[in-house]
Amino acid sequence: MKKKSNSSPLLEVSHLEKSFSDKLILDDINLELKPGKIYGLLGKNGAGKSTLIKTINTLIIPDSGKILFKNRPLGPSSKAEIAYLPERTYLDLSTTIKYNLDLFSSFYKNFDRKKAVEMLHSLDLDENMKLKKMSKGMQEKLQLILVMSRKASLYILDEPLGGVDPATRDFILDTILTNFADGSSVLISTHLISDIERILDEVIFLNHGKITLTGSADYLREKHQKSIDQIFRETFKC
Amino acid sequence: MQVIQSKEEALHFNFSSGKAIYLQLAEKLELLIAAGTYKPGDKLPSVRELALTVKVNPNTIQKSLGLLEEKHLITTDRTNGKFVTTDRELLKSTKLAIAKKHAAAFLIKMGDLGLKKSEALALLKEVDANLKGTSHEEEI
Repeated sequence: MKKKSNSSPLLEVSHLEKSFSDKLILDDINLELKPGKIYGLLGKNGAGKSTLIKTINTLIIPDSGKILFKNRPLGPSSKAEIAYLPERTYLDLSTTIKYNLDLFSSFYKNFDRKKAVEMLHSLDLDENMKLKKMSKGMQEKLQLILVMSRKASLYILDEPLGGVDPATRDFILDTILTNFADGSSVLISTHLISDIERILDEVIFLNHGKITLTGSADYLREKHQKSIDQIFRETFKC
Repeated sequence: MQVIQSKEEALHFNFSSGKAIYLQLAEKLELLIAAGTYKPGDKLPSVRELALTVKVNPNTIQKSLGLLEEKHLITTDRTNGKFVTTDRELLKSTKLAIAKKHAAAFLIKMGDLGLKKSEALALLKEVDANLKGTSHEEEI
């Protein structure tokens, strides 16, 4: 966890633009993620958070701009090293937990099955259980466990706290804090800032497809004498 | 009057908004060390354990511990982790400094309310007399 002063960025986004039917969704996005930090991608619904995340995960092709992961264009190596938790589950609900463990084991070389199983046991989940028999909260925990059990360089979590109860929220925060490895980084998108701001190193405010503010969370708190949540509410007042 | 709680519970606290979290956490740890919750020579939990207990980022923990190290309140043994200082003089003066800070803050507040120093001191005695025999939880 020692800081390297001249650490090269994990991810570099420059002049990224994307429109959907004439509407500019991402407007000249420039962003640099360094290793060993937790980033909060903060914006209201519709600000462009998920579009940006999907672009980084090559699910959306940008109109222009460049994304580099470890100084190389996106491709198989970035996919192998970026663990992505989408906003909505892609797991097949008719399958069992074991099936999904097998799936992740075969898909990702860096999937630590032992770690995933340990976490599932701590939740008293039986591997033979079908996903559709599980509550929505449990399904979300399972998905997070699968994603966080990959030994990745970058974890991208799209709204991991959306619609979960406080106990589940604590589990999610604990799981993130316990599992992001030394030197890896986490990018968490959310509009529920007060729940998450104490674990953030850096914040990125996104509004109408533009990055309006970036900086260290502690620095911003001191400068404005306010919580990140308060700064956010004032910046994005409706 | 001592509220008994585990070291882990002692670390749970809500951050106030307009101040860097690492500074708030460093203050809290300093208090726990000065108060003897963490005893001289005690090994501190690892950065990761602290991060989980306090529910903040490991980098924040590092920064807070860095501050305590600058003040020589903790020392790092490269292989074994971080330990509370055994310098009892330093612990004593730290404790006194924290106490003085709170005492000064109290007097300033009373001054803001328009109380004279003598009235403020009399008030302390009165409140103390009322508290005797009843247990109370300390909010710091």
